Amino acid sequence: MATYLEFIQQNEERDGVRFSWNVWPSSRLEATRMVVPLACLLTPLKERPDLPPVQYEPVLCSRPTCKAVLNPLCQVDYRAKLWACNFCFQRNQFPPAYGGISEVNQPAELMPQFSTIEYMIQRGAQSPLIFLYVVDTCLEEDDLQALKESLQMSLSLLPPDALVGLITFGRMVQVHELSCEGISKSYVFRGTKDLTAKQIQDMLGLTKPAMPMQQARPPQPQEHPLVSSRFLQPIHKIDMNLTDLLGELQRDPWPVTQGKRPLRSTGVALSIAVGLLEGTFPNTGARIMLFTGGPPTQGPGMVVGDELKIPIRSWHDIEKDNARFMKKATKHYEMLANRTATNGHCIDIYACALDQTGLLEMKCCANLTGGHMVMGDSFNTSLFKQTFQRIFSKDFNGDFRMAFGATLEVKTSRELKIAGAIGPCVSLNVKGPCVSENELGVGGTSQWKICGLDPTSTLGIYFEVVNQHNSPIPQGGRGAIQFVTQYQHSSTQRRIRVTTIARNWADAQSQLRHIEAAFDQEAAAVLMARLGVFRAESEEGPDVLRWLDRQLIRLCQKFGQYNKEDPTSFRLSDSFSLYPQFMFHLRRSPFLQVFNNSPDESSYYRHHFARQDLTQSLIMIQPILYSYSFQGPPEPVLLDSSSILADRILLMDTFFQIVIYLGETIAQWRKAGYQDMAEYKNFKHLLQAPLDDAQEILQARFPMPRYINTEHGGSQARFLLSKVNPSQTHNNLYAWGQETGAPILTDDVSLQVFMDHLKKLAVSSAC
Amino acid sequence: MNVNQSAPPVPPFGQPQPIYPGYHQSSYGGQPGSTAPPTPYGAYNGPVPGYQQTPPQGMSRAPPSSGAPPASTAQAPCGPATYGQFGQGDVQNGPSSTVQVQRLPGSQPFGSPLAPVVSQPAVLQSYGPPPTSAQVTTQLAGMQISGAVAPAPPTSGMGYGPPTSLASASGSFPNSGLYGSYPQGQAPPIGQAQGYLGVQTPQRSAPSQASSFTPPASGGPRMPSVTGPLLPGQGFGGPPVSQPNHVSSPSPQALPPGTQMTGPPGPPPPMHSPQQPGYQLQQNGSFGPARGPQPNYGSPYPGAATFGSQPGPPQPLPPKRLDPDAIPSPQLNELPPQQKTRHRIDPDAIPSPIQVIEDDRNNRGTEPFVTGVRGQVPPLVTTNFLVKDQGNASPRYIRCTSYNIPCTSDMAKQAQVPLAAVIKPLARLPPEEASPYVVDHGESGPLRCNRCKAYMCPFMQFIEGGRRFQCCFCSCINDVPPQYFQHLDHTGKRVDAYDRPELSLGSYEFLATVDYCKNNKFPSPPAFIFMIDVSYNAIRTGLVRLLCEELKSLLDFLPREGGAEESAIRVGFVTYNKVLHFYNVKSSLAQPQMMVVSDVADMFVPLLDGFLVNVIESRAVITSLLDQIPEMFADTRETETVFAPVIQAGMEALKAAECAGKLFLFHTSLPMAEAPGKLKNRDDRKLINTDKEKTLFQPQTGAYQTLAKECVAQGCCVDLFLFPNQYVDVATLSVVPQLTGGSVYKYACFQVENDQERFLSDLRRDVQKVVGFDAVMRVRTSTGIRAVDFFGAFYMSNTTDVELAGLDGDKTVTVEFKHDDRLNEESGALLQCALLYTSCAGQRRLRIHNLALNCCTQLADMYRNCETDTLINYMAKFAYRAVLNSPVKAVRDTLITQCAQILACYRKNCASPSSAGQLILPECMKLLPVYLNCVLKSDVLQPGAEVTTDDRAYVRQLVTSMDVAETNVFFYPRLLPLTKSPIESTTEPPAVRASEERLSNGDVYLLENGLNLFLWVGASVQQGVVQSLFSVSSFSQITSGLSVLPILDNPLSKKVRDLIDSLRAQRSRYMKLIVVKQEDKLEMLFKHFLVEDKSLSGGASYVDFLCHMHKEIRQLLS
Repeated sequence: MATYLEFIQQNEERDGVRFSWNVWPSSRLEATRMVVPLACLLTPLKERPDLPPVQYEPVLCSRPTCKAVLNPLCQVDYRAKLWACNFCFQRNQFPPAYGGISEVNQPAELMPQFSTIEYMIQRGAQSPLIFLYVVDTCLEEDDLQALKESLQMSLSLLPPDALVGLITFGRMVQVHELSCEGISKSYVFRGTKDLTAKQIQDMLGLTKPAMPMQQARPPQPQEHPLVSSRFLQPIHKIDMNLTDLLGELQRDPWPVTQGKRPLRSTGVALSIAVGLLEGTFPNTGARIMLFTGGPPTQGPGMVVGDELKIPIRSWHDIEKDNARFMKKATKHYEMLANRTATNGHCIDIYACALDQTGLLEMKCCANLTGGHMVMGDSFNTSLFKQTFQRIFSKDFNGDFRMAFGATLEVKTSRELKIAGAIGPCVSLNVKGPCVSENELGVGGTSQWKICGLDPTSTLGIYFEVVNQHNSPIPQGGRGAIQFVTQYQHSSTQRRIRVTTIARNWADAQSQLRHIEAAFDQEAAAVLMARLGVFRAESEEGPDVLRWLDRQLIRLCQKFGQYNKEDPTSFRLSDSFSLYPQFMFHLRRSPFLQVFNNSPDESSYYRHHFARQDLTQSLIMIQPILYSYSFQGPPEPVLLDSSSILADRILLMDTFFQIVIYLGETIAQWRKAGYQDMAEYKNFKHLLQAPLDDAQEILQARFPMPRYINTEHGGSQARFLLSKVNPSQTHNNLYAWGQETGAPILTDDVSLQVFMDHLKKLAVSSAC
Repeated sequence: MNVNQSAPPVPPFGQPQPIYPGYHQSSYGGQPGSTAPPTPYGAYNGPVPGYQQTPPQGMSRAPPSSGAPPASTAQAPCGPATYGQFGQGDVQNGPSSTVQVQRLPGSQPFGSPLAPVVSQPAVLQSYGPPPTSAQVTTQLAGMQISGAVAPAPPTSGMGYGPPTSLASASGSFPNSGLYGSYPQGQAPPIGQAQGYLGVQTPQRSAPSQASSFTPPASGGPRMPSVTGPLLPGQGFGGPPVSQPNHVSSPSPQALPPGTQMTGPPGPPPPMHSPQQPGYQLQQNGSFGPARGPQPNYGSPYPGAATFGSQPGPPQPLPPKRLDPDAIPSPQLNELPPQQKTRHRIDPDAIPSPIQVIEDDRNNRGTEPFVTGVRGQVPPLVTTNFLVKDQGNASPRYIRCTSYNIPCTSDMAKQAQVPLAAVIKPLARLPPEEASPYVVDHGESGPLRCNRCKAYMCPFMQFIEGGRRFQCCFCSCINDVPPQYFQHLDHTGKRVDAYDRPELSLGSYEFLATVDYCKNNKFPSPPAFIFMIDVSYNAIRTGLVRLLCEELKSLLDFLPREGGAEESAIRVGFVTYNKVLHFYNVKSSLAQPQMMVVSDVADMFVPLLDGFLVNVIESRAVITSLLDQIPEMFADTRETETVFAPVIQAGMEALKAAECAGKLFLFHTSLPMAEAPGKLKNRDDRKLINTDKEKTLFQPQTGAYQTLAKECVAQGCCVDLFLFPNQYVDVATLSVVPQLTGGSVYKYACFQVENDQERFLSDLRRDVQKVVGFDAVMRVRTSTGIRAVDFFGAFYMSNTTDVELAGLDGDKTVTVEFKHDDRLNEESGALLQCALLYTSCAGQRRLRIHNLALNCCTQLADMYRNCETDTLINYMAKFAYRAVLNSPVKAVRDTLITQCAQILACYRKNCASPSSAGQLILPECMKLLPVYLNCVLKSDVLQPGAEVTTDDRAYVRQLVTSMDVAETNVFFYPRLLPLTKSPIESTTEPPAVRASEERLSNGDVYLLENGLNLFLWVGASVQQGVVQSLFSVSSFSQITSGLSVLPILDNPLSKKVRDLIDSLRAQRSRYMKLIVVKQEDKLEMLFKHFLVEDKSLSGGASYVDFLCHMHKEIRQLLS
């Protein structure tokens, strides 16, 4: 097995791909019996410091419907200077530049170690990155101040030639013109009126140059920047201006009477931002960054009225179909999101407020365009400040960790078809021979657009084996998949990254062990979870849970070793052993459970779950728990109530929260101040260790997790208690007796009970 | 020959009258200065010392007017006193008697009944006399005679003069008392009225005759007849006066008779007495005493002295008319023959506006006009006079077409004289007159009639010991609230009547309570929003730079109330082309902020705080803004503009700020950008003279009306400054200003160099003028008449309330009345105009104007108490509105027909029988034809080839809210010779008639009509004059079209420039000077304003029109 683990890991590092199955069942029938679909998690821009891009363009298969990129799996006839496409078997001539090709003189793309290769395209105009700030001014004074400072700070982080724009909104929406000296100008829009893109562009004077080309300059390709220059300016030119402008931003001046929410025109503001970029820089990398401190309360996209006595919708309201504005608002934002996606721009949402801000309705803006979604309590918290700062972090090359306007194209060998993708993408609706009719996630296409992505953005891509049972694949045959990602690098170059992978086929009847051994339960758990979350967006929660359970039971039935009707005989092989546990925690996770979460929170969690890579996703499903004690070095422990012991410090990472929990005794010691005594230095070190580790996680994580430092009996301890497997509850506490930690006051089933039931059902012949 | 009358003093006339000069001069000089005054006074002194003052004035006047010489002759017989006296006496006879009577009664001696009667008659008489010559005979012998006496008018004038002053001086009390008495003792007033009527009729009839062309014959005959019957001696006295004038024409005939008539009048009064015994007697008495009369009448009427003083005032009016009448009549008489013989009418023989104006000035200009007497005809608008409010609103506030209303609608229909009042509720007053008192009744608010809601006024009658009062408008009996209770004196008047403006004055203000405010909230101070077009055109012409520069200083002069140190008005700024730019000029900002609103289809205000600011607090930011605006748009290429959204924006801003206010729009071009209120160029000269011509005056779209309605609801007044290079569709753009009580200014082809002064001057004036905001005006009338139609710049959502988003001191509202019942001679007719408005400081107030009019059963009375200037004002407004709905031709025909009917009715019912070939005009209306002709020839009704559609719409719109003085000069421009009078004289040179014939090519003239100002230079003007005015050596070197005179240090230059300045100061709009050289291209433009001549566009000359009118009248009569 070790070999497979290594293989998986190797592949992930090299290609950014994790398959649920690494040996593929060779017929459709068998594939469906495997329960977990053939799918992969693809991290298209996985950071590869060891992979410098090549400075030429890829060689494409000449068949118009194929256009696969030349790759190490192709058969090459060096003498004839021909290569055969491994997807469509078309024989292609090498281009003239490849004249000197030979067995010993191979281009990089033919070398096996370059199954993933990146090409740099020189063609086409390079356009600068664009950052359009859309800022809510209906904030409390200190919140606004903090936000202003963050924004001012961000100016120094932007690439100097990046274009920036500023839109502020409250009751009205103001588009600020940045080019002028002296008087600061802004275009103002009513916050209640939905405008079409054309109207917006007319009103901003974008449809035709406000000033006819007075300098009789020959038409230049730079026309775009000229037209829009009033609203989007290179940062190096207007750095000072914009800093001042931000500094002078005032709270929305319209009076807000007692018992009312401020009128906030988020819907129109976003619409204008989208329209502005649409008219000026279509298909150019651009980020619309929405900073909002409350729910939209008027105009299109309003989520709640301005009467404070009417609270913003809860899950309860939604279930009762009692959320008046939700459908309309959602529709508005979906429309915006789709337009944005079409133009290759992305929308970030930074929502900081104690109450909900309408993320539920707005989520599609970030989800469909690959934008970020950040949720915090206030702009005046380190959570927001550092998260925001991290957006502008740079990689080993000094480039921003962001890419824009990517299209991902997937090609498969003919035994496979593409069922769909789940992630921060939209379909480009490209039909082709390799597109399946059965959809999983966003399907019906072989290409997707990912408007904004970073090195960790990960898509789940689902396939369908279509090979018929009666046409066996020759022994040793391999199935191949090619991922072609074209994108705008943060250095503004266009690049193409091509990943071509191949896996063995196996006959499930004769070689089931083989397939079983090549099962990647982590990837499978995440892929199934994505499917579940994707369903949860449109289906009732219990249905999704039932579906998940059934899938799990079927999987166990298929791959478990047991005697019929004898639960105790049930065994799972190593490659499946963790999977039920993942499913157990997934069932309890906020991605599927809305209890105790607001609709906004659910949207937030799901947003991140659908874009993080495998490791992070697993953490989200099943948080990691480390234990620090005098008994030995820090060690991971079971996410179980039994791990909560008095003499331990626990560090839990749920991705969204980092919780440090001091056991009862430790807490008492600390209270007694032992850590300050020289003779108990080791205690001090012990206290410090989890802090340091937490810091490490905090440094790397985006978005910044909520950092919680608590102790036994602390109110914040609930974050830990709600996550651990409730193996000890008030119901069974005394049955377990002696050592062991904290009972959890819950009626939820524990993992043990869950497993018992699972075994029972798996061995039952009833289902 | 009326002209002549005026002529005597004036050189121009001299020509024809060379003969007379001697007389005149001598007479005038002598009389005024020396003899006349002293003697008369002496006489008066005896009787009534108190009045002395007045008499002297009268005296002084008398001499000039009456013309000493004739007087002397006449007087000799009459009274030993003096020549001057004679003159006076003559005058007195007719007028004095009447006049005196009026006041006298008031004064006391005669007792109330007499007094009232007298006073009016006096007036009438005075007028009468001149006319009398011709008419008197015809109609009312006695009366007329008195009228005839009128010739004396001059004297009477004198006599009257004093009386008026006396009246005023003596105490508004007496007068007021009188007035007060009217309501109470209706009888007396009526009596007065009648008396007047009687007198008046004759007078007028006479005048009419006078004006009539045919006069010679008729006049001659009549005169004699009249005179004969009357008193020869007096008659002579009269004649002499008038003679000078007449002399020129047919000296022998009419004039003498007229004068004679005057003479007779004295006696006649007695004669009349039989007819209307009480009154006449009074009149006579009054006359006697009042004037120089004393000498003559003195004996007969002991009490006269007192009367004399009183009558005086009324007289002044008549005298003017008298003279002209008398004179004209003879001339007229002569003329007809001329026509027949020569087929040409002597232009000098037809009624001259100049003469009438001059006479009125001379006769009534020096005495204050005391408003205490009901139904008095005020001096002409061209006369400078002071007003003393003694119970009726000053003529500066209200002028009526007739001060004597027919009692029945049948009469009114017969006469066709429109009954209308031209009301200027916030009229500016000369510094000598106090603005209306503000009355604060505390929380209870002004006291009103429970039924008709009329406000407490001097005409309300208190009964039951003061516990109740009877409404003078609807007769409802109301309780007097306890806090307002006051005891009555023995005459039934409240003892505190003179302590309370609302009980003793014609005009006053109430402080409004919260009930009178919108939403039951006291208003906040109003705001001014400056909205500046910054499209290419506006930038190119330098307008924006100029305007911004000016605003910086102008903002220090926003209107403020009373003694307030700083104006409460807040200001805001907007610029626009096809989008709008709002500015945040909050004082805390270092730099103004611009906010662009492009959503013109759905306008809104993007900011609340910082848009409307206090000038002083935000001074620095505003200055910075005004500095930057021209720079910001310096490179603009935007040529399209919007318009309706701009107004909408301003209105919304005021709405957001919850205040009323005014928008100042500076706009350059046809708003063609895609937006509500978008217009297209629809100018089409081919439509002129077709049935579709009216569309040129109608707005293109109804959007502006809707917008205006919203503006009015918000109290948002819009002033529009237009700077068009081409057609901008003034007809549509001016809809909102028009309906919101705003003003429109138009500067075609604006260039900074040429038009800067004019624009800035208008702007300053417009910004600084005091405005009432969010106003509602209601005119209430006593039973019997009813306000039925309104003209002016305002909006009406129902049939009674005139809603004015803004109202300034230049705006007038013309109201037409119709009968809905019979009127009563005794009680007269009352008008009360109540204006509820918000002052510049945000105070809510009610301004009340009251006016009592007489009612008559004789048409002649009405004809005698008309005001032609007001009539023309009404008719012009009527016609200018009618063009919206009817073809222009039809409108013109309507006017001509109406005029003919008015005159025919007079001829039929009031004038003495005479040959059909004789044109007889009522004295008060003898200028009606000439003025009406001017209206008919105006650009709106008969456009010349060079008049643009915009100009017509602009003028149409302007006239709609003009007051009487403005329409007067607008339709009949003033033409002033500059070098005729000695350089030293500081007074305005006497005007000449607006005809090319009157221009001497050796002279320089100024012509003004309130909008334009021309300096016409004759081709053979002396080189010295050219040098001193233009600083060039010869005529040919003068730049034609020059708009500024060089500032030269010589008397002539200085004088001319001063004159120009003073002319400009008189007008509400700055008149740009254009220098026109004789025989130059530009002269065409100038000639357009010589309104007595045939116009290029086909307008008839005065003479032709008069003939035409005569024909029409004859047709009607036959």
